[in-house]
Parts: sequence; structure tokens; C-alpha cells
Amino acid sequence: MFGYIVRRIVAGLLVLLVVSIATFALFFYGPADPALSYCPETRCTPQRLHLIRENLGLDKPVTQQYATYMKGIVAGNTYDEGGIRLRCPAPCLGVSFKLRVNVTDFLMSRFPATLSLALGSAVIFLSLGLLLGVAAARSRGTPGDKLIVGASLIINAFPYYLVALLAYLFLISQWGIFPESGYFSPFATGGPIAWAKGLLLAWIILGLVYSTSYARYSRGSMIEAMAEDFVRTARAKGLAQRRVVYKHALRAAIVPVVTIFGLDVAYLLAGTTFTEQIFDIQGIGLTALQAISTRDLPIISATVLIVATFVVAANLVVDLVYSIIDPRVRLA
Amino acid sequence: MTETPTYLSDMAEPKPSSAKPQDPYLVVDDLTVRFPTADGLVQAVTEMSYTLEQGKTLGIVGESGSGKSVSSMAIMGLHDYKRTRMSGSIRVDGREIVGLSNSAMEKIRGGDVAMIFQDPLSSLHPFFSIGYQIAEAYRAHNDVSKSKARAKAIEMLGRVGIPQPRNRVDDYPHQFSGGMRQRAMIAMALVNDPKLLIADEPTTALDVTVQAQILDLLQELQRDFDSAIIIITHDLGVVAEMADEVLVMYAGRCVEHGPTKQILTHPEMPYTWGLLSSVPEVTTDTDSRLIPIPGNPPSLLDPPTGCAFHPRCQHRSKVPGDLCRTELPDLVAGAQGAGHLKRCHLADPDSIYETEVLPEIAPDLVDLTKRIDDPTGAASDETSDVAPENR
Repeated sequence: MFGYIVRRIVAGLLVLLVVSIATFALFFYGPADPALSYCPETRCTPQRLHLIRENLGLDKPVTQQYATYMKGIVAGNTYDEGGIRLRCPAPCLGVSFKLRVNVTDFLMSRFPATLSLALGSAVIFLSLGLLLGVAAARSRGTPGDKLIVGASLIINAFPYYLVALLAYLFLISQWGIFPESGYFSPFATGGPIAWAKGLLLAWIILGLVYSTSYARYSRGSMIEAMAEDFVRTARAKGLAQRRVVYKHALRAAIVPVVTIFGLDVAYLLAGTTFTEQIFDIQGIGLTALQAISTRDLPIISATVLIVATFVVAANLVVDLVYSIIDPRVRLA
Repeated sequence: MTETPTYLSDMAEPKPSSAKPQDPYLVVDDLTVRFPTADGLVQAVTEMSYTLEQGKTLGIVGESGSGKSVSSMAIMGLHDYKRTRMSGSIRVDGREIVGLSNSAMEKIRGGDVAMIFQDPLSSLHPFFSIGYQIAEAYRAHNDVSKSKARAKAIEMLGRVGIPQPRNRVDDYPHQFSGGMRQRAMIAMALVNDPKLLIADEPTTALDVTVQAQILDLLQELQRDFDSAIIIITHDLGVVAEMADEVLVMYAGRCVEHGPTKQILTHPEMPYTWGLLSSVPEVTTDTDSRLIPIPGNPPSLLDPPTGCAFHPRCQHRSKVPGDLCRTELPDLVAGAQGAGHLKRCHLADPDSIYETEVLPEIAPDLVDLTKRIDDPTGAASDETSDVAPENR
């Protein structure tokens, strides 16, 4: 078990290495010159451009820049900012081109917003999705089942950003049913109430939209499980119907749902761009979006690395959870 | 039901309210099970009647889709309540089961009536330990602590012959061998001392060597618990070893019913002959060909008119007119006495069996049977040349 986890972590680190190289390569061999975006169009002289390149370290060979970047992650770096020495301890993800701040610290400050958004909505979509899916499976073929399946397809058919945008425009701006959105630290003056109020509609919208696919996954999985021989055995033992459904059938039906849930949470933790943008939540997703528009390489590659890290970690966690759910799974 | 001279009509007499001590433990009367589907009405079981006493074993045989499992699932109330139409009567210890709700059946299922299934691997939950699953069955019917239920599970595992049950109780199904899994299933079924055990092809998924052990175990446990057993199978060897009575099903109906010895030595219905001739014989001539029943089991959506077996029957030319196609034969007593019922138009099935069927499927038994039945040696052989033409 321990050896397995170590091996998986080493393999995951290799994946992250490849991801970082790919990000670097795309950035430097891509069509746009990052230095240009920091050079005011009207007054951009070649000297000035050169100075910017030098300041950002873009004049050095790509391999050397990459080596510096890697060194920063492992051992930390010291940057020279026009005479002022900027210490960036490990894991140093560089200094933002645009904002001139330590990327690691900056992203850490943005992470709680994303974490709050992701976990809050995950609780909603997992519980709501499973509840609806099981209910639909149990009443398969009835109008209730058709309503759940139909409604989930309709909600899914709309682009997510449209749903979120309309919800914001009407429920907050127009009618004021929900409080103004935004992220407030639960430890700040407003406390957890302000925190929850600011995220409420974002949680509901994100949770509702995601729950539709969970309702359909769990419905299909549940219908399959209810037809299993061991569910018939559970009934033949004289167990109450509730126990047959929620203990025996759901336990088997949950396995495929766990896989998708792990990956979804990983992507959400790496930033929900649309949600953060529409509901003005200063999280990782919004940060990445802004960094792309300003060609801020250190922030872009850091966010890409974060996505990759979460996906790798989620896969490991999902596999570990498998081995807990299903005793036949032996990790080796 | 129109048949008169049989003991079935006697059985139908006790009123549903009766829990008279002389009533057999299980009374199935005129049971009909239908499944409405998109393609039409599936006539899974039609007008089936039988009784079973405590301590006795009934073998139900037939091909896949003949309704043998469905009729037994009905006793357990294991069908889908929303998609099944049931009529007739099933009385377990005097209690009427047809019409009971799912929740009312929960007390009977696994308590007084228990069931073991064909494939023990898929019938055990892969994520729960064997001991947990047995204890769960015990706790469903007994208000005891978890540790008491666990002790009971260990006791039952030992009882069904699992070595070192204390060490194996926390194993998962995949850690057991096929035979052990079926033993565990049996332990689970017997944990509440059921008075009726339904075994749905309990040995089909098992190794031949293990089959015998499981059958021995069932018989041994039957002696200990004095329970009635219904064994559903298509293996006549199993029936011969286990059953006191045999009920042969075809297309959802009972086509022959009687004491096991009678049915195996003097079958009176061509379908039963077909079943007997399909049994491979390894003790005699292994080169002899198996004689399968031609054709396929009929669709239960639209069963054949008259006798459902007539399209596959090789002997229907011996029935005058088109009777086999137009009229459903009644289930009536044949030449072997009131206890042996058959559903066939053939006037003298016994002589056809002895002269045509038996020489083909078991030539070595012909003389034996003749000697047993007819000590004077006056067995007829004038019709024996008919057989090849009827193939």
C-alpha cells in the first residue's frame, strides 16, 4: 500500500514535469511575444523592448529560463528588481510579469475563494445528483423519472455560462432575490455568514448544473445495480426495501460516480473560470483568465501546474477510495 | 381447472382461512403469473398447482424459460410488484401470499421461506464480508446485537462445513471458492431456520465434484431442520438424488407431476421423455449419441395452441385428429395411479415409452424394466420397428 502510493506520486511528478515543459514550449514558441504586452504601443522603442526583455529574463535562452524556474520550485530563487532583491523561497513559481509579486503567495491568497466555491458546490451536486438519480432509478419509467431525466437534459443543453450569467443578472441584479456575490473570508469581519452569502448563488448554480449529470450517471448505475443478483439476494433475506436500495444497491452503484466526482472536484479546485468571472469571485480561475490576457507567463504556467497537480492527486485519491469501497481491489 | 379425478381438486377444497394442522406446509393453487411487456403479455406461469409437506423435497424441472424460477420467485414475493400480474393462491403455513405487499412479504422472506440461487458469486454482495451478509440476514428477523449475530454467522458457517469458520467469517466472497460460496449462501438461507427452502439450480454453476457435496449438505440439513425443499433444476440426476416428487414444467404449465421414481421409470409425457433422453450417460456406452429435443422452447408471449409441446413432439401423429394442436390436454392421472399426473393426449404413453423411447435412450434398461414390470415376460415387441421412422 505504502509502496504503491510512493510509486504513484513519483509517476505523478513525472507527469507534472512534462506538463511544465509543454507550457513553457507553448509560451515561447507561440505566435505572440510576451514582452510586447508590457511595452506601451505608442512609445515602444527597440531599446525599451530590450530593457523589458532583460528585466523579465526573457533575453536568456529558453532552456536556461526553464532551469531557473525548476530551481525556484525546488530550492527557491532570488530576483533582482532594479536594485531591490526579491527573495522567493521554495516552492517558488516565479514572479508575476505584470503584478511584480511572488506567484506562489499570490495564488495562495486566491485559493481559499476557489476552494470554498468548489467544495460548497461539490456537496450540493453530489448529494442532489445522487438523490435525484436514485429516486429516478427507483421509479423508472414513471412520469417522475421522465421529469428528472428530461429536466436534467434541458439544463445541460444550455451553455453553462449562459445559465450562470442569466442567474446573476436576474436573481441578483434585477430582482435582488440573492445577496450580491463575491468572496469574503470567513475569518474576516463579516464572518462565515458573509462568506456563505457571497457564495450562495454561485454554489447553487454550479451545484445544480453539475447535479444534472450526476443524476443521470447515478440513475444508470443504480438501474444496473438494482438488477444485480446480490440485490435480489438482499431482498430474499427479508431486508427492508430502504436497506436494499441504500445499503446494497447504492454501495455498488457508487463506484463509477466516485471516478467522475474525483475528476470534477479536481477541475473545480483548479479554478472555475466562468463562475468566478460572472459572480466576481477572486479565485484561481479568474486569475488564470487575467494572466492569459496579459501574457503573464509565471502565473499561466503556475495555474496549469495546479490543474495538473489536482488531476494527478484526484486520480490517486479515487484509486485509494476504490480500494476502500471494493475489497476486491488490491493496490499493487 | 377442469380435471376431476385427481388429488388436485381435493387440495383446492380447504378454504383460504384454514390453518388446519393437516394442511400441507406449502399449497400452491391455480397460480398464474403474467408480465405485461412492450411486446405483449408474457404468460410465465399458467394455472400451476402443487403442495409440499414439511420434510419433503419437490423437484421442479424444465428448460430455461419454462417458468420454473418464476413460480418459485412468486412464493418469495421476489418479482417486481409493479410489473407482475399474479392470480391464484399460494399459502405458506396457511397464510395467503398472493396479494401481500412487498413490506408484508419482508417478514416471510428469509424467515419462514428462504432461497438459494444459482450463481453464488453474483448472488453474494462483493463489497460485504461473508460473515456480515449472514449476520445481516439473521438480524433482519431477530432483534439481536451485532456480536450475537456474528457468533451465529460463525456457527452457521461451521454447520455448512466451512473449515475454521472463525477465521473465514470476515473474508469477502471473492476469497471463497465456488463450493464454499454456495455453502455460505446455504448458511445465509438457513440462518433463520426456514421451514421452506427454495433452491434455484443450486449446483448448476459448480464443479461436478462440488455438486455432490452441496446436494449431500442440503439433504443433511433438511434432516436436521425438517424443512421442505423445492429444488429447481434441469438436471435429472439432481432430481433423482434429492426429490421425493417431481414436477415437470413446459411453457409455464405443469405437464407431468408425480413421485420421483414413477416419473423417472414411467414417464408419460413426450417432453419428459425428451428430458430423459438428453441426459448424458457416462457409466454405459460413452459413444452413444445424445438425443436432444428438436426445436426450441416456445415464446411465452404467444405459446402454441393446444398442447404447447406439440410443435416439437414426435409422437403427435399417434393422437387421432388434430387434437394436440387444437385442444389443451388436461392434467390428469395416467395409468400409473392417482398420484401421477400428466398432460398429454396419448392414449397409452407407457407402451410407446417402453417400446420406442426406452430402447433408444437406454437399451440396457429395457430388459430390466420389462422384468420389473412384467415378470411373465410377455412384453410386446410388435411396435418396436416404428421408432426409426419417427425420428
